[in-house]
Amino acid sequence: MEAQKNIDLPQGSIEKKTTTLNIGPTHPATHGVFQNIMEIDGERVVSSEQTVGFIHRAFEKLAEHRNLYQITPITDRLNYCSSPINNMGWHITCERFLKVEIPKRVDYLRVIIMELARISDHLICNSIVGVDTGAYTGFLYVMQYRELIYEIYEEVCGSRLTTNIGRIGGFERNFTNTAFTKLERFLNEYPKVLKEFESLFTRNRIFMERTQGTGGITAARAMNYGFTGPNLRAAGVDYDVRVANPYSSYQDFDFTIPVGTTGDNYDRFLVRNAEMWQSLSIIKQAYEKVQSFKGAEAEIFHADVPEYYLPKKEDVYNNMEALIWHFKIIMGEVHLPKGQIYSAVEGGNGELGFYLVSDGGRTPFRLHFRRPCFIYYQAYPELITGGMLSDAVVTMSSLNLIAGELDA
Amino acid sequence: MRPVRFNIHPKEAEIADAISMAPAPDGIGGDGFFATQLSSVVGLARKNSLWPLPFATSCCGIEFMATMASHYDLARFGSERVGFSPRQCDLLMVMGTIAKKMAPVLRQVYLQMAEPRWVIAVGACASSGGIFDTYSVLQGIDQVIPVDVYVPGCPPRPEAIIDGFMKIQDLVGQESIRRRNGEQYKALLNSYGIQ
Amino acid sequence: MALTNISIQEKLVEKFDDQVSTFSTDSGILSFEALAANNLKVIQFLYDELGFTFLTDLCGVNYPDQKDAEIVVVYHLHNFIENIRVRLSIAVPVEKPDVFTASKLFESANWMERETYDFFGVNFIGHSNLKRILNVDEMDYFPLRKEFPLEDQTRIDKDDEMFGRG
Repeated sequence: MEAQKNIDLPQGSIEKKTTTLNIGPTHPATHGVFQNIMEIDGERVVSSEQTVGFIHRAFEKLAEHRNLYQITPITDRLNYCSSPINNMGWHITCERFLKVEIPKRVDYLRVIIMELARISDHLICNSIVGVDTGAYTGFLYVMQYRELIYEIYEEVCGSRLTTNIGRIGGFERNFTNTAFTKLERFLNEYPKVLKEFESLFTRNRIFMERTQGTGGITAARAMNYGFTGPNLRAAGVDYDVRVANPYSSYQDFDFTIPVGTTGDNYDRFLVRNAEMWQSLSIIKQAYEKVQSFKGAEAEIFHADVPEYYLPKKEDVYNNMEALIWHFKIIMGEVHLPKGQIYSAVEGGNGELGFYLVSDGGRTPFRLHFRRPCFIYYQAYPELITGGMLSDAVVTMSSLNLIAGELDA
Repeated sequence: MRPVRFNIHPKEAEIADAISMAPAPDGIGGDGFFATQLSSVVGLARKNSLWPLPFATSCCGIEFMATMASHYDLARFGSERVGFSPRQCDLLMVMGTIAKKMAPVLRQVYLQMAEPRWVIAVGACASSGGIFDTYSVLQGIDQVIPVDVYVPGCPPRPEAIIDGFMKIQDLVGQESIRRRNGEQYKALLNSYGIQ
Repeated sequence: MALTNISIQEKLVEKFDDQVSTFSTDSGILSFEALAANNLKVIQFLYDELGFTFLTDLCGVNYPDQKDAEIVVVYHLHNFIENIRVRLSIAVPVEKPDVFTASKLFESANWMERETYDFFGVNFIGHSNLKRILNVDEMDYFPLRKEFPLEDQTRIDKDDEMFGRG
């Protein structure tokens, strides 16, 4: 039979077996600004390459021009789903660098706030995994309860999302009774919500079919790729900075590290859910510990570091010493000691590290953020190759990628 | 005994009382007819059925998620349909930092939108670059596309985003149907190198 | 035998003699320097013999005042089993910033090296895809080097007097 000649197709368009597909940088399936260029064979992903940097904001350069306390607002904007963890990670880094002793009550208050942030981070991630597998209900349902967490932040620091919470040395003010009432309300209401959220997903046949066995990774590969946080734990490695290098008195709490086995999307979902239960238990323990402080001890909310902790406004007006410190801090006239430090905290999506180099100036000489999702996003092509295109979308959301943190 | 659950909630008020209607524009009405300007009818229809395109890049996008989710519910303002295709949407909501790498993409999305189109810059970064006065950040999206409403805040609270949205609704409702053909509008677009 | 900072230092000195130097302990982490020529050998030794199988972080630092050692590449390695970290620095001159890539050993080094190239212009020899990652490809300088300014130099709307630089 004679070949048809009347269609003038471009050279190579029939011989080519695969299709090139571009997703992003602005696409509802990417949840952030990421670009993926995939080669697909039918519905199967053959290869993929990511482009990042679409919201590169030069945090590290910016930090070289800021005093320590002015860097806290920058850390807010790293992983904005759990900014309090970043803020406190930064404060803890500074305190370790400056060798500041932190009172126990401040540590426990910090633990409360950090674990709330972890819950809100995991909540967003897991509910977005739900959205991508076709269950919008869970998302709308839990968003209502994330507002409870935001109300607690508001009560403590006045802001909802980019919190800039706390200072080097502690908190800017003591927790009010309203904050504790709101915390109690959250502790009462949230377990029911989380239980219902879990029962909506964990044994849901559709959800299991969509997530089990997709986007899996072995423990060895995950470590080689620099996975940390829930993604590494889902692959079966029980590495958690809270346990390995305790900060903020995490050694005083009783909790377990949930681990998965296959490192696939389902395990990641389960690990995050289990971590939310652990976080709830940590918050309860921390709240009890905070309540056990009586008298003058119950009024402690910051360490005594006049060089870095802003004095009270009344003191600034009435007290010479406080006025001088206020001026020095605000004008950034405090010189840092020389040296370098690497300090890490367990962020919402992995080990959030701060590498601070100081040459004795007023600002850091170099500040490098170890952004967990920047490092583990490299593994994405390996996770999705051979799988379906629709699974690639779920894998992307279950990795908990935050564009602001990734691009810094 | 069968496990029957009764509806113990008190009876709701008449549903008709709970429906809020947009006020009718000025005009002359009587039995069976209502005469008014075409532009006010078009404006009324447009402003209560805006389709937003969320161009969310960073933190403000998370606050937008809160705005459109159950607690604040942007759908009350007639924008239930949050679309991601620029071809179908009327309102480009730019939320978050736009880096220089992203600016051509933003412009492309704007160009793909059909007239009439409105733009709202949510948050300090989209409005002016915010705290990021650095080599890699675009100092405000109005350097590449025209903007109708700016919402301040870093990030703005959901209430502020809703307020900005209502400002857009006012603009849309009052816009003359000839504006997009006018010389002034063409000059505005030309100043951005569009058309 | 449990690893300590001292035993790591002894093993490194035993193996590499005077090619590793400037040992110090900053906030509990052992830091040392190695020559750029054998950074891979040191990392491989740490990986194989001492169990540092996790690359926590890789970044660059620019010291403009250090002659012939302006760019320093810093590796943070972590041994999960012993739960101990080390910090390895490699100094290279800014005119010829050549360092061997660790991306064959650690997949995670791939992007971190690209980032370091993007920011400091470190040339990682043997890297499969060494191009800019965060900045636009057209950029013709390495923005995190100290000589380059933070702010956008093309801005014209700023009144310098209001920013104290009039």
